[in-house]
Amino acid sequence: MTAAAATAPGQGGRRRNWFSRVRGRIGLHGILIIIMVVWLIPTVGLFVNSFRGGTAYSDSGWWTAFFPPFNFSFENYSHVLSQQSLGTNFLNSLFISVPATVIPLFVAAFAAYAFSWMEFPGRNILFVAVVGLLVVPLQATLIPILSLFASWGIAGTFLAVWLAHTGYGLPFAVYLLRNFMGSLPREVFESAAIDGASPVTAFFRLAIPMSVPALAALAIFQFLFVWNDLLVALIYIGLVNSDNLPMTVTIANLVTSQGGGQVFIGAAAFLSMIVPLIVFFSLQRYFVRGIVGGSVKG
Amino acid sequence: MTDKLITAAIVVVGVPAVLITYIWATEQVLRLLPERAKPKVRPWLWLAPALAFLGLFLVYPTIGTVIRSFQDRFGRAWVGLDNFNWFVHSDDAISSLKNNVLWLVFLTLFVVGLGLLIAVLVDRVRYESTAKSVIFVPLAISMVAASVIWLQVYQYQPPGEPQTGPLNALIGTVGLGPVAWLQQEDFSINTFMLIIAMTWMWTGFAMVIISAALKGINPELLEAARVDGANEWQVFRGIIFPLLVPTLVVVATTIIITALKSFDIVFTMTSGQFHTDVIANLMYQEMFSYNQYGRASAVAVVLLVAIVPIMFFNIGRFRAQEAVR
Repeated sequence: MTAAAATAPGQGGRRRNWFSRVRGRIGLHGILIIIMVVWLIPTVGLFVNSFRGGTAYSDSGWWTAFFPPFNFSFENYSHVLSQQSLGTNFLNSLFISVPATVIPLFVAAFAAYAFSWMEFPGRNILFVAVVGLLVVPLQATLIPILSLFASWGIAGTFLAVWLAHTGYGLPFAVYLLRNFMGSLPREVFESAAIDGASPVTAFFRLAIPMSVPALAALAIFQFLFVWNDLLVALIYIGLVNSDNLPMTVTIANLVTSQGGGQVFIGAAAFLSMIVPLIVFFSLQRYFVRGIVGGSVKG
Repeated sequence: MTDKLITAAIVVVGVPAVLITYIWATEQVLRLLPERAKPKVRPWLWLAPALAFLGLFLVYPTIGTVIRSFQDRFGRAWVGLDNFNWFVHSDDAISSLKNNVLWLVFLTLFVVGLGLLIAVLVDRVRYESTAKSVIFVPLAISMVAASVIWLQVYQYQPPGEPQTGPLNALIGTVGLGPVAWLQQEDFSINTFMLIIAMTWMWTGFAMVIISAALKGINPELLEAARVDGANEWQVFRGIIFPLLVPTLVVVATTIIITALKSFDIVFTMTSGQFHTDVIANLMYQEMFSYNQYGRASAVAVVLLVAIVPIMFFNIGRFRAQEAVR
């Protein structure tokens, strides 16, 4: 390439350069578009199948549905909503997720404020310990906590998962918020203290309003984490009280049961995806910030 | 249903009210203390709720699990290393461990490699945000939903019948297959199929972080290299990649932890059958299918031991970061 450019300077070289640039651009767009298509196809396929009634999903591929005769219906969705318990499970998912997002947000904000703007011996060691807890696998906590919940008589209740998710979500929450609050300008808090504001006032009037982006990121993260969780709900609720199951557990059971429900699983999965997708598309900016700001969720 | 709604409403309004009252009350209590003691006591009152939750739901049960791993199935008698002895001699356990190693190596390679590729490519096109959303959106849905999506991709119909899974239909057009992807144990093909589903979910995560780091590189640096005659590949190899290494390490550690803990995908797609089992699912089985609490705890301890070095690495990295700050 360089040899060719050296022997044929001027017009020819420039044209060749232009050609290779165009080829490079086409290659670039080609690779990206292939990747995007590969990423979309799995979801599109299931989406199309969720609108094909009867046994169509096992008779022919979903792509055949784009050719006549068109046989789309809401059969699966209406069945899932009326026959299966998924309506209840949907509400259960909400009942689990909202408090399990609100509680750790407050608890973490207090702790993050103390870590950021209060002096006390052992502050760094303690915070490092919290960072260390980020990676503790949930699996290592299941059995003792389950027996604890059983002895308190709350196994199978929403309270059990609210408490458990608060505990599990806290290391990340404290880490993210402390990083954000710690980077706020020191002068603001110093002058507030000089003006006689108590830490409580400074926290609610200054630290919280200034940390809204981080709080929003965290809220989205925790909400999605809880909404999408399978293991915690499966163990603390699933084994004891099937009335309180969230969608994830019910769908997983539908899949593994190999029973007659196979046709409806696609529709059920899409119903479970509605809320995360709305959250994601409306608050994508904060979601990305949450990930980039604290990329070590355990 | 309505009583659930009422409970949830009470909790959403009540819990913050209680917590705010708590913080307000601490200040009232502190008034009773001498002026000098206040700053010493105050931080602990602010930390107390978090420390209570962390202690109760992470520290205490982790220690409890370690203790239980040395006890019998009901936690009544000490059995020494019996549970670990079972682990090393159980074919299922060793097979799960092997699969976790596959997960760890290949999920990390796939996710970091693809994430890097896409982040670098997408930086050069005008539809960057659309492309990123497409790659990123699987991270927002549950692994259960992702499993349902991928079960459909891997669908298998007996030879001669129209293939309904896109993957089998695709290889069918060149006369191959059909393959029952999730039952194919040779070369652990089925485990790789699960890893691919997980890669689909997590590549967006790697891409977003790498892309953010990429935007932080001084463009003048790249321009200078280009003016000096470096081609795009040389710019990438010589400048971009070395600058991205710390970010890639961060992403890789997160993915390694995710790989070690992978449960949902395996549980939903294969339930660990056909030698696709992993540590986390093995633990679930021992716990709830066989009521072997001691063994289940031992499995959890193995997982914990695998993660501890990463924890120390994370802490070291964090301290280095703080030192710079």
